[in-house]
Amino acid sequence: MSASRESYLRGVRAALPFAVVIVPFAMLFGLLASEAGLQLYEIVAFSVSVFAGASQFAALHLLQDQAPLLVILATSLAVNLRMLMYSVTLAPHVGAAPLGVRAVMAYLLVDQSFALSVAEYDKRPSMTLPEKTAYFFGAVTPVLPLWMGSTVAGALAGRAIPPEYALDFAVPIAFLAMTAPMIRSWPHALAAGLSVVLTLVLTFLPYGTGLLVGSTIGMAAGAGFEYWREKAAT
Amino acid sequence: MIDPNIDRVQFWIVVVVLGLATYAIRFSFLGLLGNRVLPGWLQRSLRYTAVAVLPALVAPAVLWPPATGGEPDAARLLAAVVTMVVGLATRQMIIAALAGVVTLLGLPFLL
Repeated sequence: MSASRESYLRGVRAALPFAVVIVPFAMLFGLLASEAGLQLYEIVAFSVSVFAGASQFAALHLLQDQAPLLVILATSLAVNLRMLMYSVTLAPHVGAAPLGVRAVMAYLLVDQSFALSVAEYDKRPSMTLPEKTAYFFGAVTPVLPLWMGSTVAGALAGRAIPPEYALDFAVPIAFLAMTAPMIRSWPHALAAGLSVVLTLVLTFLPYGTGLLVGSTIGMAAGAGFEYWREKAAT
Repeated sequence: MIDPNIDRVQFWIVVVVLGLATYAIRFSFLGLLGNRVLPGWLQRSLRYTAVAVLPALVAPAVLWPPATGGEPDAARLLAAVVTMVVGLATRQMIIAALAGVVTLLGLPFLL
């Protein structure tokens, strides 16, 4: 077996356990989108076009609240800005791959493929370029079909569930469950806490703008706190 | 749910623009900018975007749920707290979500 093939399979195996998170999460998206009145082809178009779960939930939530278009786009994109960091981090590892390969990798750059690949590249510094790209593609191989398939399954299930069982609180629970494990330090806690408090205080602002102001200040406070701690430590 | 009818023009603009812009974010350094380094303050800020936006997005619905007409609701508040606490303690998204759902559905039977 070639080294690339072996890397690819290692990536696949590493990503398989993520199924327990991806399947319910994608099904919930399909279910809520279907209850929001979207047709199956619209839900599939949404998932294929964006392929970033958290921002899809955010956009769906704000579309239902009939928020202004710019607020919907700004908020959902803010959720995806972390991927700029992913792109920066992967570039030195696979920047020498052909442009076409990198263009496909960019579409497949999601939380799971990023986290697994970077951990693997750090663990095995001797990996060659083909091995690195193969591992990345392996790590996203289970994610893509599970995400798309479970979205469709959720959408179909949604049509069978009467609207009075609408899970109005599923999104808050899903988002809080996503956020809590991300709070790895006091600066993270400050960013999240301040952003929540300010958003609640600023609800009098025209729809959605309080969230943008609050989360921007929260983000800056987290980054500032981290910077201050690093300074104080040296 | 304020109005279940999503405006289709708005929906398709979101699908196309959000899709393209998200792809542009992913492609940026991987595809075009290569080994250029981001300024430190920007790198630091990016680490805090998701953690600031996600909880704030749902905070109003936790305190003032549309399903109860905006009245604070003990089951929903407690479910949110349990989800956060279990998520912080276990670092497992799926366990945190399950704990929240169990609290939300189970509490009305206990009260």
